Amino acid sequence: MSLQIFVPQDTTALALGAEKVASALIQGAQKLGLDIEITRNGSRGMFWLEPLMEVETETGRIGFGPVNTANVESILSVLNSDSVETKAMEHPLYLGEVSDIEYLSKQQRLTFKRSGIADPTCIESYQHQEGFSGLAKALTMTGQDIVDELKNSGLRGRGGAAFPAGIKWQTVLDTPGEQKYIVCNADEGDSGTFADRLLMESDPYQLIEGMTIAGLAVGANQGYIYLRSEYPVAHKILNLTIERAIKAGFLGANVCDSGKDFFLEVRLGAGAYICGEETSLLESLEGKRGMVRAKPPLPAIEGLFGKPTVVNNVLTLGAVASILEQGSDTYKNFGMGRSRGTLAVQLAGNVKRGGLIELAFGVTLREVVDNFGQGTFSGRPIRAIQMGGPLGAFLPESQWDTPLDYEAFAAIKAMIGHGGIVVFDDTVDMAAQARFAMEFCVIESCGKCTPCRIGSTRGVEVIDRIVANEDRDNNLILLHDLCDTMELGSLCAMGGMTPFPVRSALTYFEEDFGISSRRDH
Amino acid sequence: MLDINSNVDQLIEQYKTLPGGLLPLLHAVKEAVGYVPESAVAPIAKGLNLSRAEVHGVISFYHDFNTHPVGRHTVQICRAEACQSMGSRDIEAHAKQSLGIDYGETTTDGLVTLEPVYCLGNCACSPSVRINDDIHARVDRSRFDELMEELSHASPDAFGVNS
Ligand SMILES: Cc1cc2nc3c(=O)[nH]c(=O)nc-3n(C[C@H](O)[C@H](O)[C@H](O)COP(=O)(O)O)c2cc1C
Ligand code: SF4
Ligand code: FES
Repeated sequence: MSLQIFVPQDTTALALGAEKVASALIQGAQKLGLDIEITRNGSRGMFWLEPLMEVETETGRIGFGPVNTANVESILSVLNSDSVETKAMEHPLYLGEVSDIEYLSKQQRLTFKRSGIADPTCIESYQHQEGFSGLAKALTMTGQDIVDELKNSGLRGRGGAAFPAGIKWQTVLDTPGEQKYIVCNADEGDSGTFADRLLMESDPYQLIEGMTIAGLAVGANQGYIYLRSEYPVAHKILNLTIERAIKAGFLGANVCDSGKDFFLEVRLGAGAYICGEETSLLESLEGKRGMVRAKPPLPAIEGLFGKPTVVNNVLTLGAVASILEQGSDTYKNFGMGRSRGTLAVQLAGNVKRGGLIELAFGVTLREVVDNFGQGTFSGRPIRAIQMGGPLGAFLPESQWDTPLDYEAFAAIKAMIGHGGIVVFDDTVDMAAQARFAMEFCVIESCGKCTPCRIGSTRGVEVIDRIVANEDRDNNLILLHDLCDTMELGSLCAMGGMTPFPVRSALTYFEEDFGISSRRDH
Repeated sequence: MLDINSNVDQLIEQYKTLPGGLLPLLHAVKEAVGYVPESAVAPIAKGLNLSRAEVHGVISFYHDFNTHPVGRHTVQICRAEACQSMGSRDIEAHAKQSLGIDYGETTTDGLVTLEPVYCLGNCACSPSVRINDDIHARVDRSRFDELMEELSHASPDAFGVNS
């Protein structure tokens, strides 16, 4: 039998040269007369080890990483020897059994349990790993039973606002309508986040399954995945897997011979951050400018094309499949307080070991950054951490003992959001970061409210004046006033929360604005 | 110009009955023509039963729909926070300087159009650069130069997803 080798096909592995590694392996093996078979798996999410190549041995799957084409020859000679296991240990890139790598074994993987194991586009592999068993259960239940199961799990939306998913679904179920929709928010615009992308690229059938279950629960026969155009790899994989799921009878007309239909389509965004906001997203799906709608009406009542619509994040819908499969009690036993289940932490930026870390809520930010990240990529001290995307606060070391819990973060005027953690070392200029937060709001504002559209432009100018020491005291007062106006007078969190990164930079890192020298006496 | 218009007409036929079809149509036009030409606005408006102002409004709202021809390759530099923490401001300055163009501009030889982008989902291995449909990780100045060098030797259609 040929030797089974795995080389990931996710965006980050590809961006680090996985394609070249795969071709070098094929060529090198040919030269050696070594019989290999390469599976293009998804990524395990240990991005600092990518391209992470795995080999099936008698004792388990061993890994080498990060591999580049220059290492291929020496790895192949290990694989070509009589005692692969012993020879492997001598190789500098040898990682041991992949599932034993602490970064992975210390996680609680529910949503990402299949990520990186098999070819994500192979429907049989998905089924071998309990795939579609949540759907099978859902097909035996009433819509209300499914919604009750979701409510019992305590699952809250993973897109940022953390709204209880079961309550949203109940509203859609209870709203009468011939036509209802399931919309998956795959706009993942926050810097420092890639969990949606990883799920779509490494376990896409789970999302397809979750959306189909949602359709059964609320009585919707049409779904859309609104995917950001910045994700070409995910786009390709989703289209392929949707096609395969239809062929296999899990999607489309008469799902699993149940007599019920669920059609699914991917729609591409067009490079607008605000289209991640659910009502802007719906406008965009309707073919319009992505202008935010006032709520009410809730999308659950008047959503896409005015019909009752479930809008959920990729991870929320992914979790649905595993909740149905394993039972809501299992899911809710993870976590703390009102934050139940697991959080897909995404460790990014200037960090030595960045990647996807799925953990039960409750661990502290410091534990994640220290134990998993192990310091900065540059080797310099960490100075600031931005959690929750571009609208999240910058946190100094004094705040890093906050547990990952929605309420605990809200209490320090920060947010968990979609779970992204961006690490900055001590070379960061926090005044420049505050300026960027305002600039980003200028670029991405939908333009509906004046405080957001004009206020952010003024914000950039005022920060420039503060840094240039032009009438600094008055401009500081002005900046705080401006932040108040934006917080109070904006329709959505774009304008309403841009002040969070700005104010936190001012509060915790005032010396970068040239302020502390004035108070040093 | 003639074949651009017949191309657009075909696409309009294909998308006009799709619910919310304007964005998919504009993407398809961009894919076929390379940009969304001014001359496409009136036929799109007519085909989808919209006003020209509405079509204009949509095109101008989204960063993706450029209305002028672009170079043979589109190079996007990620400007978002995770990439900033790893030095993307420097890559950005280097790119503009070495190509001699600003964002939204095309090199005089028509090879490269430079654009900003806000996150490519590769934030654990920043800084990130996208060239056509390929994303590149941990790009520093010399890696950027290498990538540009490769472009100057490559045929325009030799680039698929990380081929
Ligand atoms: C400016 C802004 C950007 C947002 N971007 C996203 C996004 O990229 N992805 C996402 O899932 N939710 C995003 N949201 C949250 C959505 O509005 C909405 O709460 C979410 O899609 C609901 O799904 P969930 O309950 O499953 O989280 C954003 C919100 C705002 C205000
Ligand atoms: S706060 Fe900004 S992005 Fe949100 S609705 Fe108002 S103008 Fe649009
Ligand atoms: S911030 Fe640059 S890839 Fe995410």
